[in-house]
Amino acid sequence: MANAQFAQSDAYLSELISEVSTMPDAPLSMGRRTFFKLAGAGAAGLVLGFHVGDQAFAAAATQNGNLQTINAFIRIAPDNTITIYSKCPEIGQGIKTSFGVIIADELDADWNHVAMEQADINPKVYGSQGAGGSTSIPRAWNQLRQAGAGAKAMLIAAAAKTWNVNPAEITAKDSVLTHAASGKTATYGSLAAAAAKMPVPDPTSLTLKTRAEYRLIGKRYRGVDDAKLVTGQPLFGIDVQLPNMVHANFTKCPAVGGKVKSFNADEIKALPGVLDAFVVEGTGVPVEVMPGVAIIAKDTWSAFQAKNKLKVAWDESEASKDSTSQFSASAKKLAASFPAKPDDNVGDVDKAFAQAAQMVEAYYEYPFAAHATLEPMNTTAHWHDGVMELWVPTQQPDRGMTQVSKMLGLKDDKVVVHQTRVGGAFGRRGTNDYMLEAAAIAQKVKGPVKLTWTREDDFSHDFYRPSGYHQFKGAVDKDGRLDAWQEHFITFTANGKRPVAGGGHTDTLNVSTIAPNLRRASTMMPLMIPTGSWRAPGDNAQVFAVQSFTHELSAAAGRDHVQFLLDAVNRNVPELAPKSKSVNFSPARASAVIKLCAEKAGWGKTLPKGSGLGLAWCYSHAGHVAQAVELSVDANKRIKVHRIVVAIDVGPVIDMAGAEAQAQGASTDALSTAIGLQLNIENGRIRQQNYNDYPILRMPMAPMAIDVFFIQSDNPPTGLGEPAFPAMAPALGNAIFAATGDRVRSLPLRNLDYSLAV
Amino acid sequence: MLHLTVNGENRVVGDDVDPATPLLWVLRDHLGLVGAKYGCGVAQCGACTVHVDGKPVRSCQLPVGTIGSRVITTIEAIGNTPNGVKIQQAWMEAAVPQCGYCQAGQIMSATALLNRTPNPDDSDIDAAMAGNICRCGTYVRIRRAIKNAAAKSA
Repeated sequence: MANAQFAQSDAYLSELISEVSTMPDAPLSMGRRTFFKLAGAGAAGLVLGFHVGDQAFAAAATQNGNLQTINAFIRIAPDNTITIYSKCPEIGQGIKTSFGVIIADELDADWNHVAMEQADINPKVYGSQGAGGSTSIPRAWNQLRQAGAGAKAMLIAAAAKTWNVNPAEITAKDSVLTHAASGKTATYGSLAAAAAKMPVPDPTSLTLKTRAEYRLIGKRYRGVDDAKLVTGQPLFGIDVQLPNMVHANFTKCPAVGGKVKSFNADEIKALPGVLDAFVVEGTGVPVEVMPGVAIIAKDTWSAFQAKNKLKVAWDESEASKDSTSQFSASAKKLAASFPAKPDDNVGDVDKAFAQAAQMVEAYYEYPFAAHATLEPMNTTAHWHDGVMELWVPTQQPDRGMTQVSKMLGLKDDKVVVHQTRVGGAFGRRGTNDYMLEAAAIAQKVKGPVKLTWTREDDFSHDFYRPSGYHQFKGAVDKDGRLDAWQEHFITFTANGKRPVAGGGHTDTLNVSTIAPNLRRASTMMPLMIPTGSWRAPGDNAQVFAVQSFTHELSAAAGRDHVQFLLDAVNRNVPELAPKSKSVNFSPARASAVIKLCAEKAGWGKTLPKGSGLGLAWCYSHAGHVAQAVELSVDANKRIKVHRIVVAIDVGPVIDMAGAEAQAQGASTDALSTAIGLQLNIENGRIRQQNYNDYPILRMPMAPMAIDVFFIQSDNPPTGLGEPAFPAMAPALGNAIFAATGDRVRSLPLRNLDYSLAV
Repeated sequence: MLHLTVNGENRVVGDDVDPATPLLWVLRDHLGLVGAKYGCGVAQCGACTVHVDGKPVRSCQLPVGTIGSRVITTIEAIGNTPNGVKIQQAWMEAAVPQCGYCQAGQIMSATALLNRTPNPDDSDIDAAMAGNICRCGTYVRIRRAIKNAAAKSA
């Protein structure tokens, strides 16, 4: 059994996701409002912040030179330029643009004169500053709108006082206030100083815009950092350069759990460019710092070269011996006997099977996967004056701050975190191991030190998407409806009690394919390799299995698959209704995206021989998404994807260009993963070490067209980093079945000799 | 003492730098030009692409001591070339970047493509861009941006 200390990275994220459910849609009550002074602002004047309930709505008024900081999100300069601070990490999900649009819309700011900056990491002011689980938008939606509306109210109050008019008669547009009756106008910049002296409004007194009143939300935007990105300006963690900075690499045991016995310290320290080399014992927890050898050098290349010469004697007595080939063989055997104690048991599955018009049984499996973000893990750390200062490309900066202070025994205010742009995350950087490693190393280094992992480090020490194995048995009744579903899920456990991160049953089955008779059980195999959140955890693979098997059932029944899906999502089975308030599944929204996707994909049209159209849907991370794939398959199992259609309901879209990009990117990522990605583990070691072993989709195989359609419902907006991933693989598999009659029951497809045509 | 011509300037690389050091790390750690990115170290991802005498090169594989008088152009200065600025503008108009980490390399490959093939078709784009991974999957927009830039060149 694996060490119980091997905490999984997902628990924190789960808390974040469930926290969304506690967020009221209406403006917040005054219940727990408290004012406080912000530390360090004394010289600049009085800064007031306030928390309301569990959600930190930060408001402040301060004078700092000529710049008027209206609140912690907004600063207005005399020339009418407005700086808006984005509180969460930009990881490629477009949040730095979307957050700006949300605030600027309520503020009625002129978007052409808004500059976006990354906010300081200060959860006392901003509340949670993490990015994960597609929760940034739903968590921040009210807070950001109130920040914009509150600032506007202060500007209006200042104008009303100056002009001696009723504030209700003042209108705002494009950073200008107008009093129509008197013909008076003033820019925000000219009023900012006076506005900063106005009382901070009670957020419950603010009237937020209705959808019809949005001026900025829903339009198409360029990414706010795009001009810097296309000219190669330093934005990412790996780009941080500080005076007198040195460079570090950290080498851990290739099998997790191994400890350093000794290493060739004298030889390494004598290598050119090497400044030092030492053992870091670490905390022994993979999500923190595992034991290893740090090499400090004058530049990255010297550190990497020395790493190649490093010889470590590892104590592997407690290290992982995990093997994926053994997992596959064991799972297949375990799947054969359904556990006596199911996880859930609704209706009467045995009776439904006995009366079934059609029955289907099938076994599905999918492999381990790495995140393989293009920017390798890195952090720059500087230990000075009793303060640990860090520059980090992370998804969880506020959590990292707490982790570092705890590990080093420092007070919270002695850890300063600077959030950098993040070169790909996909859940990997919800875990701050590399940040904690840098902090541990920096305590032994004079001056700032940048820790950079090699690509091989990155493949070897990820928090992986676990493999999974599903034995299904399903029944269709005489009316051709899904009647019974039995599932035995073979997954993993690290502590013998609960499934590993990303290895638990998700809600997807309860809502995507509702069977009145349902019985599910799981069997857990011990696992030591750490797992974590991987884009749409759980759903990213389980939806493949569930939606593919659903298609097997509709095909066996001779039903139209879209009709079969619509029947299933609209089935009322009270025992299966989501119990968590965070699950906002709606049969109406599900039906709407399925219908829209089918319509846009030309469902029912006649296709040439060898071509097929497949469709699947999912409810994931509060989004309702249907995906369709039209493809053809040649005699050599080469797949040509002709078109991908995505229909999405995540409520109102903030940035249409960004939202489409997320759907196109997630579809491409899902196609890439389904076709080619898999990790093999032997003796606790990850065999794939670089991109040549891990064939991420490239331009020649990329789809020519991914058409995205949104249903902009009146529900509060939810995130889009993840929901457009899960239904892609089953849509692909269902399309292959439609084209060839061959059923895809395991991933990746290249193991089944399929490839993408160039 | 090595002399490099980088973005039109003579840059001196000190004797403390091993001539076997790949150009990528000299640019990033010694010359302060961090636009070219480290992604794989084995010429698999294309994030480190720069131009040497106008041709796209994976700088993680080019020992700095072998460059001699050849002219190096990086993402920081590609906007000074006619096709470079067209590609950059097309990238912004199409809102290509997601995380953005690969985009410097993508832009260097795309600019080199337009330099030799002013009106590339899909197969030209496939061939020129096959060495650049985008983990976020922005390929649809990269293709569109290249075509838009080419249309402006015509």
